[in-house]
Amino acid sequence: MNKTITYSVLITILALLLVNFFHYEKPLNLSQYELKQEFAIKHTASVDHSKFDILQQNFKTPQDVTEACLTCHNQRHEEIMHSSHWNWDRVDYVEGKGISKLGKKNVLNNFCIGASTNEQACAKCHIGFGMSHNTFDFNNARNVDCMVCHDKSEEYIKGTSMAGYPDRNVNLNRVAQNVGRPDKINCGACHFYSGGGNNVKHGDLEEALLACDRNVDVHMAANGINMDCVDCHSADKHQIKGKLYSVSSTNVNRLRCEECHTNKPHLDDVLNRHFSKVSCQTCHIPIYAKENSTKMAWHWSEAGKLDESGNPYHEEDSLGNHTYLSIKGEFEWAKNVEPEYMWFNGNAQHYALGDTVTSVPVQVNKLLGSAEDVHSKIYPVKVHRGDQIYDPNTKMLIQPKVYAEAKGDSAYWKDFDWKLAAEAGMKGVGLPFSGEFEFIETEMYWPINHMVSPADQALSCEDCHVRENGRLAALNDFYLPGRDKNDWIDLLGNILLWGSLAGVFIHGLARLINGFKRKELESK
Amino acid sequence: MKQVYIYKKFERFWHWSQAALILFLALTGFEIHGSFSLLGFEKAVLFHRIASYMLLALIAFSIFWHFTTGEWKQYIPTISKLKDQIQYYTVGIFKNAPHPTIKSANKKLNPLQAMTYLGFKLLMAPVMILTGLLYLYYKTFDVNDIIVVSDIPLEWIAWAHTLGAWLLMAFIIVHVYMTTTGHSVTTNIKAMITGWELLEDEDENSTEKNEGDNQKEEKQ
Repeated sequence: MNKTITYSVLITILALLLVNFFHYEKPLNLSQYELKQEFAIKHTASVDHSKFDILQQNFKTPQDVTEACLTCHNQRHEEIMHSSHWNWDRVDYVEGKGISKLGKKNVLNNFCIGASTNEQACAKCHIGFGMSHNTFDFNNARNVDCMVCHDKSEEYIKGTSMAGYPDRNVNLNRVAQNVGRPDKINCGACHFYSGGGNNVKHGDLEEALLACDRNVDVHMAANGINMDCVDCHSADKHQIKGKLYSVSSTNVNRLRCEECHTNKPHLDDVLNRHFSKVSCQTCHIPIYAKENSTKMAWHWSEAGKLDESGNPYHEEDSLGNHTYLSIKGEFEWAKNVEPEYMWFNGNAQHYALGDTVTSVPVQVNKLLGSAEDVHSKIYPVKVHRGDQIYDPNTKMLIQPKVYAEAKGDSAYWKDFDWKLAAEAGMKGVGLPFSGEFEFIETEMYWPINHMVSPADQALSCEDCHVRENGRLAALNDFYLPGRDKNDWIDLLGNILLWGSLAGVFIHGLARLINGFKRKELESK
Repeated sequence: MKQVYIYKKFERFWHWSQAALILFLALTGFEIHGSFSLLGFEKAVLFHRIASYMLLALIAFSIFWHFTTGEWKQYIPTISKLKDQIQYYTVGIFKNAPHPTIKSANKKLNPLQAMTYLGFKLLMAPVMILTGLLYLYYKTFDVNDIIVVSDIPLEWIAWAHTLGAWLLMAFIIVHVYMTTTGHSVTTNIKAMITGWELLEDEDENSTEKNEGDNQKEEKQ
């Protein structure tokens, strides 16, 4: 009787333990919940600009609007004029280059190549008015464009090839009275459309973010927490937090996920430990370009083909993306792209105008980092590949002049003559051109930071910890459990294992046979 | 021949739970190693870690048990009859020769066993535990905090741990096979399950007292 009771008690305890062990209810991640509550409260304007007398006037020029702004915000122009959005360069200490100024003024990319000598068109994305040449006065506060970032009327747009001036149809009075904290479209007007169209450059920043669901971006989703760019990219004294590595080179003033999410965001300690080597983005942005295609390759070498009547033409793919443009060359596009992965420590080395090419493909913005470096983490990266014009004698990438209003001004997009475009472009930036040119392969790197997926779509362990074809298959400068093994140890192990099995099998067989023999002998 | 109570309750519990844990650790461990896919990497890691803590606790208890009961003395290596024992396994066993050593509660292990298990306890287990702990706590902290064991490359730790796992597998195969070399094929396994083993009579004086104790203990 006693035994029965003891056993039933023991079995009950065991059953309870097993139920506890195997039952798993996902606990609430409190810090995540708190963040959602915090950002659920949306910003409301503290003043109504339409009630200010000074904004009631009939503005003739956009500069008049800026002057009106500065009557109250009378120091803000100073902040702007110290920003990289205004200066198009940034003073940094760069390893190997010393103190240097880097920015759109002097780095090249492998999309439209460079802004220099094409300012009239490229300055559409400059926060100033009248940057038509490299003679723009960066000290004139009147030319600061407040409206492009602060317009809330959604009416303000910059004119095409108007050196940064607004489109002639913009009603400056209405815009001036409807200013405030920047919305997604204020940032997106430039950052979504850079490179000549939606999502061309970034891959993870595009107009779909203006109204997307959580599957596209958990932060900006209209049916989610609906955050604005500036919720994270805060802009104390107009110095906007965050770095874009097409033009940035140092590990300062970066914007990191952990500023909100802390460096231990998971409830699982093993996941949290990945933090020291794996960026959040790596697992949480499994794919980018989720809604619209992004440009993956751009071959300038194919540019210049004209149709029968001698006119430039274009070709499109089934999604409406340009695959060929006479003025620009051949493109490759992709949607729902798996990123490539690289070690990155927040520092980058740029090809700046006048640098000598030392390796092919030219890495126009090489991301620095390695597994050995304690400051490096694995990041997802969009790699944009292409070819572009190059001087084999000076070993320099060429800044071509592509834009002009009319033919006969050496611009490639009008005259389709590379030699003239190279000559004019290099002259404009004060660099030599030998008269010869060819096309050289280039790569450009875009760390992926946006389009964060819902947690259940994040990468799982097996996406990397797998013997073959994992996401990190190409990153083989470190030991990754599940992927890597020492072939010698495994060979030795297999010999040991199978050798032991064979040994005991033979030994056992020999015993059996001897046993039978003995029995036979005994029976005889 | 008579039935002798040779393996005590804790000893049997320790042996079988250790066996189960080691087999489970091998299953999950080789999945982590990438040898096959069964539970999924995440669960394999989680269960491997849980099982490793359980094994550590068990080992702590068993060390305590060995020292408090004096059972540790069973593992003192001896070379007397070691040669005979090897000769028995390689030659004598086929000729139905008698066991060169006689098993008793005081002398559970033959010289070859004592040597092997001592190696297991002093070399194999510590290597697995040490590399396992280094693996468990590898780079626990972020670069901004203190870094633990950042100077030992993970691959060294992993290699040593894997090599140990292979050795353990080979040990298990041979160990299980050797259990069939008792009086009958299942004598040894039965003994490890029930505690009682059919043994040859030994020198009366040395066993009687002990046996009496054991029987008493069992009744309690």
